[in-house]
Amino acid sequence: MSIDTRTPVESPDEDAADRPEDAAQWSARLRHSAVDALPPERLMPDRQPSYVASWIYVFGVLTLSALVVVIVTGIALSVMGPQWWHVSTTGLFVNSLHLWSVEVFFFTMIIHLWGKFFMAAWRGKRRATWITGVVSFVVSVGAAFTGYLSQQNFDAQWISTQAKDGINSTGAGAIFNVTNFGQMLMWHIVLLPLVVVALVGLHVLLVRLRGVVPPFAPPGQTGVDVVRESAAPESAPPTVTNGERP
Amino acid sequence: MQTLPIVTSRLVGSLVNLNHPGRYVHWGFIQLSVANLIVIGAMVVVFAAAILIPFRRHGGSDR
Amino acid sequence: MTPATPTPLGHRARRFKPDRDVAEWHGAYRPYDLVKEFLIALVVVVIVVTGLAVIFSSPDDKPVTVKSWSAASPVDFAQTAATELDGSSGTATYGPPYNSTAGASQSIVGVSPESFFGVHHPIDTANDYVLAPLRTLPDRPDVQAAVDRYTTAPASQQAAWTAAYEKAVAKADASHGALVVPPGAYGPVGTIIGSLTSMARSGALDGALLSSRQFYGTDYTKPLLFIADGTYLADKAQAQHLSGDQWGMMNETGSFPGQAWLWLYTLWYQVAPINTSANADFQVWALMMVLTLVLALLPFIPGLRSIPRWTRVYRLIWRQHYRDLAAGSAS
Repeated sequence: MSIDTRTPVESPDEDAADRPEDAAQWSARLRHSAVDALPPERLMPDRQPSYVASWIYVFGVLTLSALVVVIVTGIALSVMGPQWWHVSTTGLFVNSLHLWSVEVFFFTMIIHLWGKFFMAAWRGKRRATWITGVVSFVVSVGAAFTGYLSQQNFDAQWISTQAKDGINSTGAGAIFNVTNFGQMLMWHIVLLPLVVVALVGLHVLLVRLRGVVPPFAPPGQTGVDVVRESAAPESAPPTVTNGERP
Repeated sequence: MQTLPIVTSRLVGSLVNLNHPGRYVHWGFIQLSVANLIVIGAMVVVFAAAILIPFRRHGGSDR
Repeated sequence: MTPATPTPLGHRARRFKPDRDVAEWHGAYRPYDLVKEFLIALVVVVIVVTGLAVIFSSPDDKPVTVKSWSAASPVDFAQTAATELDGSSGTATYGPPYNSTAGASQSIVGVSPESFFGVHHPIDTANDYVLAPLRTLPDRPDVQAAVDRYTTAPASQQAAWTAAYEKAVAKADASHGALVVPPGAYGPVGTIIGSLTSMARSGALDGALLSSRQFYGTDYTKPLLFIADGTYLADKAQAQHLSGDQWGMMNETGSFPGQAWLWLYTLWYQVAPINTSANADFQVWALMMVLTLVLALLPFIPGLRSIPRWTRVYRLIWRQHYRDLAAGSAS
């Protein structure tokens, strides 16, 4: 990176648009790719296609909200440490909030999954959206599992001594020791939340990038979707327009 | 702030005590706790409701 | 938007597959306030979660300790301790990652990752659970003498003593506190297990097992495996429907809902031939990894990815859209 000391920048808001010689900068290029892919009106749109008109569509945002509550209540538990909820009635209440928000999280997530399955939401280059969703689900199951292991009560004792057999059988038990409370707690409050949040963030960005999947062709028009404004000749194969945005 | 611990400790007394042995449903080789059955049943009901209840746009809730 | 141009089915154009492709939307858009929707959803979730927490609270069954186990079931404790001493307990014969017992690892078609990764959490049950804790007891020359006598005896003598003890302790009486074992030719083993039981009932054994390596212990592997070798923990779990053969993985203590999302994982433990297999754990894990991969890669799997179109549930979801199209009002 060379700094041109002969021609100083006039104002902090000058950018590569004003100084084309800076367009090759990694910063400028990264910014351009990001803004091209997700301009503000696509990152946070104020309109959706008219077919987005069903209560099933709210389960994604309900799952996201439940995740927020899981994390906030988890943070509240971490303020006073892992033993607090065993000795304090307020702590037990916060623990209850955390447990029930996890139940609501999985409740809404799986309904969201069912909805997306029946909409075949992977169509039109939205496969990465589907895959990140499934991986988020699997990692969330793991995060919940380490939470159950961190309870320091009879349930945690039973779960850990049983689960060890399954995990040991894969060889992972050499590193991932479910009877090691300290390790499981750190996976639960540090490692897995970071992974879940990263995956969910990526998943939501992909939804913004590709848009909500359009419906199947109406009943009666079997198989082929006809692109409306082009009066394509009968002999032409249908144009594949996956992932393009208007 | 003095009343907060009192309020929360009353809240935490819990109105429905689930700390007693659960009941279980046996159906062939399937064994489900009543609690889990209720959760799964609720999921199916809510899913059906979500796709059946009309989503009013104009004049309805702005969602 | 490029209009359709006649091209032969060459490398540029692909056949349209309705379960993989979709014609992108060029119709009407309606105002939709995502931020407002998120905030409303958050409020709804907070209200629902708070309501559930206030009404139901959450479970917290007290953990089993070596102390509570030995007090509630001193005979089971003594029997388990004897099997730790003679190396026949579940932990002693487990294999990796705790020890290297030949043939103990699970495998599928001869492949055993368990063996491959080896012993990473070594446990020598005779020493870790019985002899070393007893060595820490001060002012007990009788116990030290018994331990010395046991450790200096040949293996065959040790085996004979522990076998005789296990026979006798099955008929032991603990109704008046201390363990009373019928007489038998079990040499120092009676003193060893008897004093270990007293140590357990005092609570000293819990501490000894946790802090055997360092003061600040957060790794409960040793005491947990010891407790799980007995039947006391399993009996408590069975009473709460938490056993593997009771679909227990999905359940929670008391009447609380549990982890219902584990239904498919626990289902395989209930069906033949997995439920009687020595390699059941590895088989179930392998099966679930495959099924998870299938779910993730569903968009690529013909047939499976056609189920949404075949089942036509989408007609309910998008019925307003199809009505609009039929009426010609959507562009």
